[in-house]
Amino acid sequence: MTSENPLLEVENLRISFPTRTGVTQAVRGVSFTVGREKLGIVGESGSGKSMTGRAILRLVPSPGIVTADKLAFQGEDLLTAPEKRLRDIRGRRISMVMQDPKFSLNPVMTIGAQIAEAYRVHSKAGKAEAKQRTLEMLEAVRIRNPERVYGLYPHEVSGGMGQRIMIAMMLIPNPDLLIADEPTSALDVTVQMQVLAIMDELCSKRGMGMIFVSHDLNLVASFCDRILIMYAGRVVETCRASELHAAKHPYTRGLLDSLPRLDDTRAELPVLARDPAWLEG
Amino acid sequence: MITVHDLRVTFGHGADAVAAVQGVTFDVKPGESFGLVGESGSGKSTVLRAVVGLNHDWTGTIAVDGKPQTPHRDKAFFKSCQMVFQDPYGSLHPRHTIDRILAEPIAIHRLGNADARIDRVLRDVGLGPQFRFRYPHQLSGGQRQRVAIARALVLEPRVLLLDEPTSALDVSVQAEILNLLKRLRAEHALTYVLVSHNLAVVAGMCDRLAVMNRGRIVEEMDAASLRRGEAREGYTQQLLRASQGYDRAAADSFKDFA
Repeated sequence: MTSENPLLEVENLRISFPTRTGVTQAVRGVSFTVGREKLGIVGESGSGKSMTGRAILRLVPSPGIVTADKLAFQGEDLLTAPEKRLRDIRGRRISMVMQDPKFSLNPVMTIGAQIAEAYRVHSKAGKAEAKQRTLEMLEAVRIRNPERVYGLYPHEVSGGMGQRIMIAMMLIPNPDLLIADEPTSALDVTVQMQVLAIMDELCSKRGMGMIFVSHDLNLVASFCDRILIMYAGRVVETCRASELHAAKHPYTRGLLDSLPRLDDTRAELPVLARDPAWLEG
Repeated sequence: MITVHDLRVTFGHGADAVAAVQGVTFDVKPGESFGLVGESGSGKSTVLRAVVGLNHDWTGTIAVDGKPQTPHRDKAFFKSCQMVFQDPYGSLHPRHTIDRILAEPIAIHRLGNADARIDRVLRDVGLGPQFRFRYPHQLSGGQRQRVAIARALVLEPRVLLLDEPTSALDVSVQAEILNLLKRLRAEHALTYVLVSHNLAVVAGMCDRLAVMNRGRIVEEMDAASLRRGEAREGYTQQLLRASQGYDRAAADSFKDFA
């Protein structure tokens, strides 16, 4: 699915955090490309999957140190880009949906005003036009009564609606690449499916690329085109989503085996036995 | 072992009243493992909190071990009925050592012989004595959940109420905790009530389950029919489809069940 000109190229990405007891390497030499496709990054907590997503937008918190041989978005180097240029890229070209709408929305601004702001910052549109676009966007993410929701504050909406609002806000500047960091893990399964369907549709309609960071193997396998499996800051395996069940790396196999299945008749779930050799794999 | 009849829980007053649980009835036999499944807001955790006595404002009948319960419980109740919470990062005192966390219930119930009991329960949950004088922040999520289970088990209860015990953990760690819970139930002849939104977890852990939606039990079934995907109600069928991974057509067909 990767086209000749990938949207994003990452080569040998490293993120380290100096601590009192030495340097902790969160990401250790990750390379991948993203085209106009849905790329899933899967791993356990601490595997570096979220940090990889953040590094693309240079949002790794201090004192983290990010180095890479190449970190380019449509040929433009993101590592050396000045902060001013990055502000144009963030949101407008690459946007990011975070995990929890409770902490990502401004609690003292109405939902409509927040989304309209995201649009106006990047487009120089007038107030009336921004409001019009916001209402359209709220409708696109299946919010039933956009006029009413426009005037609500974040605490007045449910978690599922909050996440859809986040997605609306991230999509309104019409980005080329969307980084979604566990966008649905706070949601119920049925709402999760509906939110994914919205993102899926918008991806295919606009030809947007997407990086979907998640710990849920089954979800990623059924939603994405390609999957990177991360372990301890490295990519241990890359495969097409449809071929995940045939994964070769023992870590991926172990993760798949340890998932309880609905039709399970195993008396005990196999427990992942971690092999130190994987750290170098 | 546990009988719940026409349980109703309402939060708030007057126009703001929310009927979280609206007439729930179920029975759990001694030694059985019973699952409560539902989405957030379905009232499954509220039922559990009412049974364990954390929620005082309920009507209906709750009987545990043949004894009808009032909203306020005595010490003997908590000796026989304990609860494990969802978030092991929030349920352990951050400035108490594991030893102190486990010693407190022993002191409250005047069981005595704390040293031997703590040692035994730590081994029981697979941690071992080297964890005894550590603080919660020195443990991983899975180890913390083991401590939370040990804290419940140290009183040697007969009933363990589990509120999403693995949903804050990674899948590889989830398997360890589920195995541990299965082993402990067999070894100590415990009765479980497990609340979860994960159908696969409930299918593997429970003998029977009830599916809840908007404060009511929609359907009661045994785990074997859940494994075969034989749900009678539309709501349960939708839940089953949603838990089988992303499917565009399925997502479009979802509707709200009142």
